[in-house]
Amino acid sequence: MSTAVHLRGLRRVFGTRAVLDGVDLDIERGEFVALLGASGTGKTTLLRILGALDRPDGGTVLVPEARTIVFQEPRLVPSKRVLGNVVVGLPRGAAVQERGRRALAEVGLADHSRAWPHTLSGGEAQRVALARALVREPELLLLDEPFAALDALTRLRMQDLVGDLVRTHRPAVLLVTHDVDEAIRLADRVAVLKDGRLVTDERVAARRPRDAADPEFTALRRRLLADLGVRLPAPEPGDEQEKAGRPSEGAIR
Amino acid sequence: MTAAPAETRSYPDLVVPRPRIPKPRRRGVSVALRTLGPLALLGGWWLASATGVLSPDVLASPATVADAARELWADGQLTDALRVSLTRAVLGLAFGLATGLLLGVVTGFSRLGEELLDSPLQLLRALPFLSLVPLFMVWFGIGESARVVLIAVATTFPMYVSTAGGVRNVDRRLLEAMRTFGLGGWRLVREVVLPGALPSLLAGFRLSMTLSVIALIAAEEINSTSGIGYLMTQAQSFSRTDILSVCVLVYGLLGLAADLLARGAERLLMPWRAKGAAR
Repeated sequence: MSTAVHLRGLRRVFGTRAVLDGVDLDIERGEFVALLGASGTGKTTLLRILGALDRPDGGTVLVPEARTIVFQEPRLVPSKRVLGNVVVGLPRGAAVQERGRRALAEVGLADHSRAWPHTLSGGEAQRVALARALVREPELLLLDEPFAALDALTRLRMQDLVGDLVRTHRPAVLLVTHDVDEAIRLADRVAVLKDGRLVTDERVAARRPRDAADPEFTALRRRLLADLGVRLPAPEPGDEQEKAGRPSEGAIR
Repeated sequence: MTAAPAETRSYPDLVVPRPRIPKPRRRGVSVALRTLGPLALLGGWWLASATGVLSPDVLASPATVADAARELWADGQLTDALRVSLTRAVLGLAFGLATGLLLGVVTGFSRLGEELLDSPLQLLRALPFLSLVPLFMVWFGIGESARVVLIAVATTFPMYVSTAGGVRNVDRRLLEAMRTFGLGGWRLVREVVLPGALPSLLAGFRLSMTLSVIALIAAEEINSTSGIGYLMTQAQSFSRTDILSVCVLVYGLLGLAADLLARGAERLLMPWRAKGAAR
């Protein structure tokens, strides 16, 4: 597999604070990497640099030509209908419209193409944003906490949807999140950003579909949370899900 | 930009991302660029006068105009005229802005207000205020009041349209939330609606200020015995293009000063507006 993202010694300074201070990261084509970090650690800054929305102050940044971003908020143009938002910026034409419709069908919104964005629910709007990103057939898909503003049930469904779509389209993915479970559920590899550097970068060994009750899953979560500065009490068999403070995933599947 | 050539070569299908965001510019450079336009105009004028393309009968040279300005300033004519004109403009503008603001808030904030007031105001807005000059002279005589009222009428409408639009565009969800916290009526308007509509209010303010100078000229053309307009009428009868130019320049500088004032107000009144790009 060839490389989709190549970062060496990436630096970004705001004022006197180096938010990114020598980040090295490689992402293979078709690989799904989740980037974890507490708020203010520069996860989003890193993503914005890869998406050409911010300027690095030093280091090497190489990315593929075709990149798309899904932001935390849907960022749909309120004056365009859903289909218009999906194909925004693409050349006009029946073929493109058809591609847009197919992308909408993939995210389960085939019959919403004529709707106005403000009539959609938060999850639907975010699915439109996902369709807008995928219709461009990106080699690199940048996800900036795309599920953070959604309710817990919608979030789980969206995570499954993203997992399925990524498996079909095989772009390289960088998912920025602060949700450890989400990172483990979706990613091939998880990295933790702390004090401007990647302190962890490891492959997720747990088998798919990933279950929070899997011992591999819980062990990895414990390690990642420790990296993020969260100490859990010693494990007691059987109560991991309660500690995560969210509904059990088995109930939704 | 940031990639070493060797590394770029080992990844031939990858590119360096190029952000299309403007680099932050130093304040000095920005100010210099802003003054470039006016200076170029002045330079062109001077060059045209010096080479004889522009004859003194048409427009006096910058040097003559500067002399005329100095002369008018020295014998107190210019300061007197400025004082009188500015009083008229400021007074008229104050009335106009207050009326426009009040009407705009009422129509923007209450449905009943919009239904009752909007169409008559749109009708009045369509009247060219210059056509009201003879009527105002009949109603208010040729005294100061006719002039101030003319400026007030002219400046009411831009302020009204901008205010009504701005108030209407205040985030409905925010108003809903504030109502659940017991904020309502005048306090809601003052603490949430007006700050939210401020960008539009200031846009209306700028439009009204420019219009106040235009209305001032019209007002001072009628039977004036003082003010910049009077100075101009006199200069016209003596074919003094230098004094005429001074007056025109004064009008221009008044407009510029008004704009700077509005920009300053913008910075002062909206400290919560984040500077720089979104992160």
